[in-house]
Amino acid sequence: MVVGAAIVALLYGLLRLAPALNAPFLPSTAPSTVSMDPANLPYYAIRSLVRMFIALIVSVLFTFVYATAAARLRRAEKVLLPVLDILQSVPVLGFLSVTVTAFINLFPGSELGLECASIFAIFTAMAWNMTFAFHYSLISQPREFDEAARVMRLTKWQRFWQLDVPGGMIPMVWNGMMSFGGAWFFLAASESISVLRHQYALPGIGSYAAAAIQAGNMGQVGIAIAVMIVMVVGVNVLFWRPLTAWSERFRVEESEAAERPRSLVLDLLRRSEVPRLVGRPLKPVGVALDRVTRPFGLAEHPLGVSPVRERTGDVFFAGVITTLIAYGVWKAGGYIRDTIGFGEFGHAFALGAATFGRVVVLLAVATVIWVPIGVWIGMNPKVTRIAQPIVQVLASFPANFLFPLATIVFVALHVSLDIGAILLMALGSQWYILFNVIAGASAIPSDLREAMTSLRVDGKLRWRKFILPAIFPSYVTGGITAAGGAWNASIVAEIVSYGPHNLRAAGLGAYIADATTNGDFPKILIGILVMSFYVVALNRLFWRRMYRLAETRYAL
Amino acid sequence: MSQSQTAAPNPAQARTVGPVIIEAESVTKSFTNPDGRALPVLDAISFSLAEGEIVALLGKSGSGKSTLLRCVAGLIAPSGGTVAYRGTPLNGANPGVAMIFQSFALLPWLTVQQNVELGLQARGVPEAERRERALKAIDLIGLDGFESAYPKELSGGMRQRVGFARAIVVEPDALLMDEPFSALDVLTAENLRNELVGLWEGHEAPVKSILIVTHNIEEAVLLADRILVLSSNPGRIKAELAVELPRPRDRHAPRFESIVDTVYGILTGREDRATAAIAVAEHPTDGVPRPARPAPTPINTPLPVVSPGGMAGLLEILAARGGEDGLAEIADELNFEIDDLLPLVDAAVMLGLAGTKGARLEITADGREFAAADILTSKQLFARHAVAHAPLVRAIAQALTATEDHTLREGFFLDLLRRGYSTEEARQQLETAIDWGRYGELFDYDRDDAEFTLDPSAYPALVGTA
Repeated sequence: MVVGAAIVALLYGLLRLAPALNAPFLPSTAPSTVSMDPANLPYYAIRSLVRMFIALIVSVLFTFVYATAAARLRRAEKVLLPVLDILQSVPVLGFLSVTVTAFINLFPGSELGLECASIFAIFTAMAWNMTFAFHYSLISQPREFDEAARVMRLTKWQRFWQLDVPGGMIPMVWNGMMSFGGAWFFLAASESISVLRHQYALPGIGSYAAAAIQAGNMGQVGIAIAVMIVMVVGVNVLFWRPLTAWSERFRVEESEAAERPRSLVLDLLRRSEVPRLVGRPLKPVGVALDRVTRPFGLAEHPLGVSPVRERTGDVFFAGVITTLIAYGVWKAGGYIRDTIGFGEFGHAFALGAATFGRVVVLLAVATVIWVPIGVWIGMNPKVTRIAQPIVQVLASFPANFLFPLATIVFVALHVSLDIGAILLMALGSQWYILFNVIAGASAIPSDLREAMTSLRVDGKLRWRKFILPAIFPSYVTGGITAAGGAWNASIVAEIVSYGPHNLRAAGLGAYIADATTNGDFPKILIGILVMSFYVVALNRLFWRRMYRLAETRYAL
Repeated sequence: MSQSQTAAPNPAQARTVGPVIIEAESVTKSFTNPDGRALPVLDAISFSLAEGEIVALLGKSGSGKSTLLRCVAGLIAPSGGTVAYRGTPLNGANPGVAMIFQSFALLPWLTVQQNVELGLQARGVPEAERRERALKAIDLIGLDGFESAYPKELSGGMRQRVGFARAIVVEPDALLMDEPFSALDVLTAENLRNELVGLWEGHEAPVKSILIVTHNIEEAVLLADRILVLSSNPGRIKAELAVELPRPRDRHAPRFESIVDTVYGILTGREDRATAAIAVAEHPTDGVPRPARPAPTPINTPLPVVSPGGMAGLLEILAARGGEDGLAEIADELNFEIDDLLPLVDAAVMLGLAGTKGARLEITADGREFAAADILTSKQLFARHAVAHAPLVRAIAQALTATEDHTLREGFFLDLLRRGYSTEEARQQLETAIDWGRYGELFDYDRDDAEFTLDPSAYPALVGTA
């Protein structure tokens, strides 16, 4: 109930960031399409990469500030965590038109606004997960570390830099890698976007693909796909693999992990002069930071706090937050009533049911197909070693690049997009199920497998009593991620076009996409509200229960 | 309530006791239950730590000794009373102490030297001096050659040496140790204790006093000038003993053994008989004479957190040793510390299967029967004794008999238990009761539905005591 009200208030607030509807129309600050000359591709690829990495840096900074505030400030936590939870469930793709107009307004007459909007969209794909991970590492810090830091009288900065950041490094890196993979999709979707009946395109690989798709040029779509694969694989090999291997030094467990991530690139780097060359100029920076931050005081809080004052503060704080939410809901209600009326909700909910049906079918089919395959891969260590990186790349690859291929097939076979959209949504989201099932299956202790084999537990019984329960927790994690991804994908998958072919499906995703193109703000608000409702309801009523079951009964 | 520090006179002390460093005055600490009820952990504890002495805080689990140490360190605020460092009441981490942790609490991403330097860095010591002092501490503590190693590469004993070096490098007035040796194997712990004694006696360590929390009786007697024995639930100072033996101390000296026996006696609740053996200053826990013992209930008589199998093992050992033995000997033979042994003893005593006489444990006739019985009979005997003597087990079994379908939700019992226990303790009590009830085939517990069911075979045990 409170969460619902908060979503309404928050989304309405975001909506008001965009300039008013009847303001003079947006200036054409960017070209509507990019050059299709393949010679430009290296440049486009670099521009896209720069966008991704700027978003990553911003996400890391956001994570540090937001998660630390949520973990250290008792009152802030009560607001920051639910807000993060909401932001995570809202299909951000639907809000692109709002953010684009807001950012363009921020930097009138320059491409910078569009650039910021794209980076912001990528940021929203990365930040929430990383923030949750870092926050969790902060609140689950071993108690002795906290005590040791306080008895040693570390300053706030020393505590953050010597204890908090290293302690959260491993979850940050792994979540960063997964989020980065998911963010390619947003890169492709946000570089070239049509907002308020106006087409914008930033120089980048996503725009190149969009242009090729619009022109119906299959060869160039193929080139774009190839470049994209090189980028995904390259970033993985040159950046994330070394980083995950390096982050192992921050593992707190007493004993060494059985199989540590390794990276050839990292080994080469370690042997080279690079670490020393980078380290030398950074050292004075560290010393300076240590000195500059000293006046901020110790990482300590006074022991004695007057309970009356604390209580008064709490009440006041709760009052302000409640008022803000109530005001937001009231304003949003008025806004909808004055524009299209509440009747529109019924329409949106009906469309939402159609998209919901697609998500359910997608999950069911993906489960039936990928669970056996994932178990087979995960239980064969040799296959796992080869398959896991491939699946990782498949999961990272922005599925929207493949839509034109699918469109051609649908048109040729006369398949309605009402059905076809399921496949399009699955292109991006099914891999999470496979990926997690592989991880779960490969984590089954070998003595358990040997025991089952020696007891001659095989066939159906083996699946029912042993394999399925053992992979259940990982499957649930994969299922949640896949469902979230599918909802987001519906916004780009329920309307597709390739050259002269335009296909559309009835669904909430198409509804939001239409509203985005037409700049119909009330419909955007309603569409996203309804989609958030479906996502949150599904999470609370279904996934959370599955999660609890997984944790209490099926955890190995 | 005033508590007089009536330690026995200490003529033969190696160091002279100087000015008071830390003074705790009627410190109480209670934690609040989710339903707002306060649960006392520490009750009116007063003591002081002076320059030149080693003081040990000794107690079973649940005596709040670690909580007391954290109050002294200024890490948590007492609910009542004050802790003062050199006369100034604390309102934050104690500026004059360094702490050594059971789990070492070394940062795994820093090398040995970086770990040792961290405390100096926090104090803003310039780099060159930091280095020099850290190397000196590393040298003193016998970590030479390991400066650039990461904690992960070291054995437990070496890691705790890093912990020591990190603590003494800041030259604290008081060194606080929280069960510093209990994560180590026996030999390593002994080695490290001896080195600590050597450093202390040689006045090499730049430390003015030591406060050590332990549940190992011999450790306390080996190291301390004074031992404060804490009682459990809530923690009070039950007794204060002065140990006047010169260091290094011989474990087999008769005097040493008699002190160990005395402490065992105090911890098993028969301190009055044992006091004659040595100068013991008793702390009367309250001014008024204790009222007659109330009837045992699940609240005032918690189940010792042990498994029935472990207790059966203890009784079998006791029977094999002729039915009676000293607690210290049993602990020694099994390599148990008091946290391992005393709950088992408490359980056996509670069920009437054994009795304590000072620091000796004696098997009863029931206990002999139980230890000699085959599996099925011993389970039946256990069920009967548990229903008769373990209030929580009896309460659950009787409540289940009273309901129509002989089932009850666990929430019913948890709510009752939370009147006297914290949420975790209530859970722990219930889990122990489940374990006992299942072993005795009194009732079963369905974890999916969180529901208790009466075992059909429970009737004989219940009727037998009705």
